[in-house]
Amino acid sequence: MSKTRFDGKFGDYGGQYVPEALMPAIEELEDAYERYVLANEDGFMDEFRERLADFGGRPTPTQYAERLSERYDRDVYLKREDLLHGGAHKLNNALGQVLLAKYMGKERIVAETGAGQHGTATAMAAAHLDMPCEVYMGERDINRQRPNVFRMKLNGSEVNPVTVGRGTLKEAISETMRDWATNVEDTHYVIGSVVGPHPFPAMVRDFQSVISEEAREQMREKAGTLPDSVLACAGGGSNTMGAFAEFVDDDGVELYAVEAGGSTLDVDEEAGVAPNSASLSTGSEGVLHGARTKLLQDRDGQIMESHSVSSGLDYAGVGPELAYLVDEGRVRAVNVDDDAALTAFHRLSQLEGVIPALETAHAFAYLEANDEELGDTVLVNVSGRGDKDLESVIEETAQRDIDIAPDMDAFAGGF
Amino acid sequence: MSNPELDAAFADGAAFVPYLAAGDPDFESSIEYVEALERGGADVIELGLPFSEPIAEGPTIQEAVVRSLEGGMTPARFFEFVEALDVDVPLVCMTYYNLIYQYGDESGPRPFVEKAAELGLSGFVVPDLPAEEADPLREACDEFGLDLVFIVAPTTRGDRLERIMEQVSGYVYVQARLGVTGAQDDVSGQTAASLDRLSAYDVPKAVGFGIKTGDHAERIVEGGADGIIVGSALVDIVAEGHENGDDAATVAARLEEKARELKDGAERGLAQRAPQAERT
Ligand SMILES: Cc1ncc(COP(=O)(O)O)c(C=O)c1O
Repeated sequence: MSKTRFDGKFGDYGGQYVPEALMPAIEELEDAYERYVLANEDGFMDEFRERLADFGGRPTPTQYAERLSERYDRDVYLKREDLLHGGAHKLNNALGQVLLAKYMGKERIVAETGAGQHGTATAMAAAHLDMPCEVYMGERDINRQRPNVFRMKLNGSEVNPVTVGRGTLKEAISETMRDWATNVEDTHYVIGSVVGPHPFPAMVRDFQSVISEEAREQMREKAGTLPDSVLACAGGGSNTMGAFAEFVDDDGVELYAVEAGGSTLDVDEEAGVAPNSASLSTGSEGVLHGARTKLLQDRDGQIMESHSVSSGLDYAGVGPELAYLVDEGRVRAVNVDDDAALTAFHRLSQLEGVIPALETAHAFAYLEANDEELGDTVLVNVSGRGDKDLESVIEETAQRDIDIAPDMDAFAGGF
Repeated sequence: MSNPELDAAFADGAAFVPYLAAGDPDFESSIEYVEALERGGADVIELGLPFSEPIAEGPTIQEAVVRSLEGGMTPARFFEFVEALDVDVPLVCMTYYNLIYQYGDESGPRPFVEKAAELGLSGFVVPDLPAEEADPLREACDEFGLDLVFIVAPTTRGDRLERIMEQVSGYVYVQARLGVTGAQDDVSGQTAASLDRLSAYDVPKAVGFGIKTGDHAERIVEGGADGIIVGSALVDIVAEGHENGDDAATVAARLEEKARELKDGAERGLAQRAPQAERT
């Protein structure tokens, strides 16, 4: 082992805070990551890229958004990850990890999911690569994201409801770690974002960085220049890191991680509730789910219940590398609230004919409110499409006064 | 470099180490429950300080954690709890790293360890802190004379085992099987293999995860363990009492009885292993 071997630390963030039963599996994964992903042993990366193209539909386009450009009087480009198979960037990571599990000789896949996008992507990849798969999903999210639950089942995965706590992503991750600790010898945990113990944050980033690798090239071809700013929504931070990775060394490119401001940034310490998911903007350093990172926690270090109108952003932590890049001043952490995100959802649907995921809508809400500061050329990562969100959008819109939204009463109660 | 208290607790070779979550389901009842464990024969008591994300725990202890947190348990209350307890056996705090890390004004584990030392706690078990990340806590423990117990899993071998055994003090927590905490109906064959791998190391070996009855305890001690750690089987009694609305004295009596069953089992196991050993 060389001295320069990456130790999984991003400044003080990162690390491997996991039960001992998992450590041998994590060491095995580190080894596999170095051999197959970093060194392309046995042509792993070639096979991964080929499958991403044939099965996933890569490359995804970078599209010039005419009506948004007109509205903001600057050039707005969309990186269309919503066009990836499954409808979100999640497949980049899921396919990479399920394939890696195969190379490692694992026989079973487990995954957690929040919005159901990662679970869906994992279920698709598992079916495609013939691996049995079980997905843990909070009960509350199961109710918010029913179409994705059906999709996972159609692909042959089992969906296990998690009922402890508030039944969202945080509890689903804890429960998947418990399954992994029990079945560690033949099972791989396909984590859904750039979170968790090393090597997950680095490895998931590497699988997702195909987004910025393509976008950087496509911007050069289409716009003849790199963007002045790149916007991506940030939950755990995988589409964010994927969209930023290849731009980090381009000093002229500003990077904006847009978090879910939820209903308010104020925190109810007494109840242990943060009505938002803005861990980069308002959180503090701590240890959760295997890594030291920025967290929503109370003074004692108990993790708070987060909130967002979008399940995919509803998480009390964030990837350690993203927390580090924010501290270093390379990435700007910003946030928008539920109302702004919903409004942006409707705006994008109407102006561009693209129905975005509610997660993605956060990035567009920031563009709406702060277009002036973003420079002449803006690239927004469309992390996913909004089909999965239609029911919640109808419900949430009906509770609010959103000028531009169509009348939702006709749809209330479902289709 | 272990504490004399923990050394003494394991000296007779069949230590009974029960676990309860402090404050489950409320502060006062929980004090009675912990004291009942001592009367039932506990040699060391592991006191859980509940963390909101207990990733190493099965459903039984997860629910205990929820009850305790809902009952108002916090790190500050936990220290009051330790102070209010009237027990003579050594106490080991079992919690997750974030709570240790956040306590006090300076970040890092030192203020928590200092406070624990002041109240006479003997050591820590931190299930989400592997040896790789443990240096700051190990240093604070050394500074204040506390022990740091590590968990050895059935998957722990070779270099990893070496690294852990360099850091461990007090006793080593031998995880009897893969998975999370929770009472089981049989005792795993993985235990024997783990004890075998550890036989060369001169530190007490306490086996935990799944032990439920005096017979389990007997077999495990007979198989070479220096002690048994029992959590979920005791927490089950607390949970049942809570659900049925039984008064604290009744639940405490059941805990004492269960503790005695487990301790007696451990003693029998020891007697069978070394029938000629001298006992006073
Ligand atoms: C479409 C979409 N965007 C973004 C996210 C947030 O995840 P991350 O921050 O890891 O990209 C999700 C998560 O489910 C998602 O489905």
